[in-house]
Amino acid sequence: MLDRMQRLRRGAVTAVGMAAAVVVLASCGATGPRNHQNTIHPAGPAAQKILNLFTPFFWVAVVIGAAVVGMTIFIAIRFREKPGEERNPVQTHGNVVLEVSWTIIPFLILAVMAVPTVATIFNLAKIPHGRDVVHVEVDARQWFWQYVYTDKDTGFYTANEMHIPINHPIELTLKSNNVIHSFWVPELAGKKDVVPGHTNNLEIEASHPGVFTGQCAEYCGLSHANMRLRVVAQTQSDYDAWVAQQKTPLAPSKVVEFTKDISAKWGCLSCHSVTNLTSNIGVTIGPNLTHVADREAFAGDIYQMTQSNLAKWVYNAPARKPAGPLKGWMPDFSAEGMTMPQAQQIAHFLLCETATRPTAHPECR
Amino acid sequence: MTTVEDATALLHPPVKRSILDRPRSTTGAWSWFTTVDHKKIAIMYGATAMFFFLVGGIEALMIRLQLAQPNGTILSAARYNEFFTMHGTTMVFLMGMPLAAAFGNYFLPLMIGARDVAFPRLNMFGYWVFLLGGAFIYSSFVLGGAPDGGWFGYAPLTSTPMSQGFLPGRGADFWAVGLIMLGIGSVATAVNFIVTALNMRAPGMTMMKMPVFVWMMLVVAFLTLFAMPPLTAALIQVFMDRNFHTNFFNAAAGGDPLLYQNLFWIFGHPEVYILILPGMAIVSEILPVFSRKPLFGYSVVVFSGIAIGFLGWGVWAHHMFATGIGPIATSAFSLSTMLIAIPTGVKIFNWLATVWGGSVRLRTPMLFALGFIAQFTIGGLSGVLHSIVPADTQQTDTYFVVAHFHYVLFGGLVFAIFGGIYYWYPKIFGKLLNEKLGKLNFWLMVIGFNLTFFPMHFLGMEGEPRRTYTYPNGMGWGTLNLMATIGAFIIAAGVAVFLVNVIFTAIRGERAPEDPWDARTLEWLTSSPPPEYNFAEIPVVTARDEFWHRKYTEDDEGRLVKLPPSDASRIPARHDPSEPHGIHMPSPSYWPFVVALGLPIIGYGFVFKLWWLLAIGVVILLFGINAWTSEPATEETH
Repeated sequence: MLDRMQRLRRGAVTAVGMAAAVVVLASCGATGPRNHQNTIHPAGPAAQKILNLFTPFFWVAVVIGAAVVGMTIFIAIRFREKPGEERNPVQTHGNVVLEVSWTIIPFLILAVMAVPTVATIFNLAKIPHGRDVVHVEVDARQWFWQYVYTDKDTGFYTANEMHIPINHPIELTLKSNNVIHSFWVPELAGKKDVVPGHTNNLEIEASHPGVFTGQCAEYCGLSHANMRLRVVAQTQSDYDAWVAQQKTPLAPSKVVEFTKDISAKWGCLSCHSVTNLTSNIGVTIGPNLTHVADREAFAGDIYQMTQSNLAKWVYNAPARKPAGPLKGWMPDFSAEGMTMPQAQQIAHFLLCETATRPTAHPECR
Repeated sequence: MTTVEDATALLHPPVKRSILDRPRSTTGAWSWFTTVDHKKIAIMYGATAMFFFLVGGIEALMIRLQLAQPNGTILSAARYNEFFTMHGTTMVFLMGMPLAAAFGNYFLPLMIGARDVAFPRLNMFGYWVFLLGGAFIYSSFVLGGAPDGGWFGYAPLTSTPMSQGFLPGRGADFWAVGLIMLGIGSVATAVNFIVTALNMRAPGMTMMKMPVFVWMMLVVAFLTLFAMPPLTAALIQVFMDRNFHTNFFNAAAGGDPLLYQNLFWIFGHPEVYILILPGMAIVSEILPVFSRKPLFGYSVVVFSGIAIGFLGWGVWAHHMFATGIGPIATSAFSLSTMLIAIPTGVKIFNWLATVWGGSVRLRTPMLFALGFIAQFTIGGLSGVLHSIVPADTQQTDTYFVVAHFHYVLFGGLVFAIFGGIYYWYPKIFGKLLNEKLGKLNFWLMVIGFNLTFFPMHFLGMEGEPRRTYTYPNGMGWGTLNLMATIGAFIIAAGVAVFLVNVIFTAIRGERAPEDPWDARTLEWLTSSPPPEYNFAEIPVVTARDEFWHRKYTEDDEGRLVKLPPSDASRIPARHDPSEPHGIHMPSPSYWPFVVALGLPIIGYGFVFKLWWLLAIGVVILLFGINAWTSEPATEETH
């Protein structure tokens, strides 16, 4: 019969073992959420190369880790002193052969790891050239992303939602005029910081159509969590159609309407612009509004593009996205006398007049 | 002409009158403010650091509550950012480093057979700077906003003038000034430890007879000494940019934000080893005692520690792999990061070999030490994976990294600290902590810790970034985050059991035997708690693990043979004060406290730009230094 202490000990060990099993199983089961932001589901060559490099060494680490943890538990149990026992173990002070081998073997493993690591570092650092390369300048702001399509056949700018053609290398030029951010779309590539005063480059490419989300990965202040983004990878024809939409200016009558009826009162156009061609770049303090309703979400890709969300946003943005005392940020217009019906009206204009296909939004039908 | 009277006056200067007469009492409440006894200072370091550990832990629990579900509403964004900043700042500067100072203070002199540290008043100064610096930073919560730029405080987020509103409140000012202050205290302590370990060893204790604990604390002290200055420089620049319109990190005016990162991580990576080496130091003492075997490969463990200390300076840019420093720099730092894994691995294998074949007593300190090995290994391996730079660009600034460094710093350092507390509690307080509660403490912490941090590896791989106060529905992160939150509360239960154990032991605990663990090192060759002078007679050292070799010897086959009890192995009686060769101990003093008091006053002067307050602080500081330097270390007792 087991005595009480032994039963207790066994109970504790079983409990820990079960807890560990639960943790490991639950974690493994959860490795695959299709959340469009998962490094384990690469959708482009850069992310794929990284995963291919990582996976074998990850398993080497798992094996070594399991061996050391297992050995620790084994030794503790195997050599434990029974109650009342007093052993006088052999006093080993060291063993040169053992110590040299567990210095050399890790060195060899690491040497094996170093070769593909360095090769991949240089491979991923290559800047793509050629006519099929799409160039986009990414301006990180507090807290949204502005994309300037700089190629001759594009020449417009937009925000938060980046469209790219599949199987084309996209050369991103990363710039910031405020604090450090980090551009990260896990399923397409690793992250790259956006550092004021430095121009960094990052190549992304999608192998198949889809929506890939990402977010700022360097702490950038109060709404760091609300600086999300999405990349929409499209077939060449879909992408070309999108480019054509972006290049279509708003009808002059709409611009006049917005300027006279809305901006004159609330000053929207002192931060936002309703023209989006790089040949005629306007203010870029806030996200460009020319085709804002064509995006799936707004405000740093955190709110779905609906009239109700837009109205609440226009009415009191700081309540919907913390900005603290940040200078020049979207004010609380409700405090400046805006009423909810007025906000709804502005939201309706933004949703139904800037959309390329207004019927896409049920509120505009 | 010199008279005999003059010469006498030179030898025995008349006792000078000062505003405050020199304190003499070494007992009573007031003595804690004036004590220069390294053991009392160590207890104050330990108690204060444990208090901050609880505060930082509560911040962590609040963070976990906020993240338990998508779109959490427990904390506002502003509060969340303050809490994660202060959690990191607290655990690094107000818990980790001071606890190392606590253990080092108590045991470094005892283990080398010394009666105190080399500079007792400097030691006291270090403690008060730590306490006042911690209080200074925390006072920001009620004086204009807590630090909210992250424990790493990247410029230009922290360095841009407050009027721009990049960060709400004065937090970054408090943070920069507070850390400068804490750095002063850390450097003072480091100098003290270095001189003590090098100069105050008992006769016969050569460097290679020093316990590994002493060796590692020596390495930590050197790291601290050289790591704090670059941090201080960076913090001064942050403060100048923020308040005096300098442009060190302002790119628009030609400054460079990456300069800050280089300076910060030249401090920050050695800092990682400043935090973990004391953990390794403690574990290296516990394992041999509870295996009844000497440390396997003593010299290799010592040299690995030194190698880590050197290599630790050559890996800082692995924190900057995503900043765009280019393929050559990232390759170089990738390789150096791989290299540092080797001495670390050697230590792990040597610890395992120490336990192998031993007579293993699974008491609470040993359980924590074994937990350290297992968990630290996991943290070390995920660290090696970070040296694969392309993979690191996916993992950096995600929860994968949060998992990694908590395996090192919680699964490693905190477990070692708890092991150390259970191991040395009878030495410090003369009472054994309750073993059953200790085991409950351990198992709750093992389960809670792994439940909290293991899932975070996966959260990071699945794309969850750090330092985000919220995450939307539909990312598939809810379940693992909930597990982590539950785990955090199990850790909290473990810590609560520890506190209950301390209280229970204080009330009901029995007196511990003088040598409860059959220990090996010199601190056990005196009574528990030790007298103020540590050793009535300074021991003469003939072997590594001196105390053990006074109790045991080995036969021809290397088996342990118990020696008959002799005078050498007996804990000596207390010193008889009537004995003619009196022991001269350093006298208590007010002045280190006064000097330390000047620092936060200067700090408030800077933060609020109250120049008159700053002037008062400077006057107090200079007055204190003057009084300190003009009083003798040991007051003659006529």
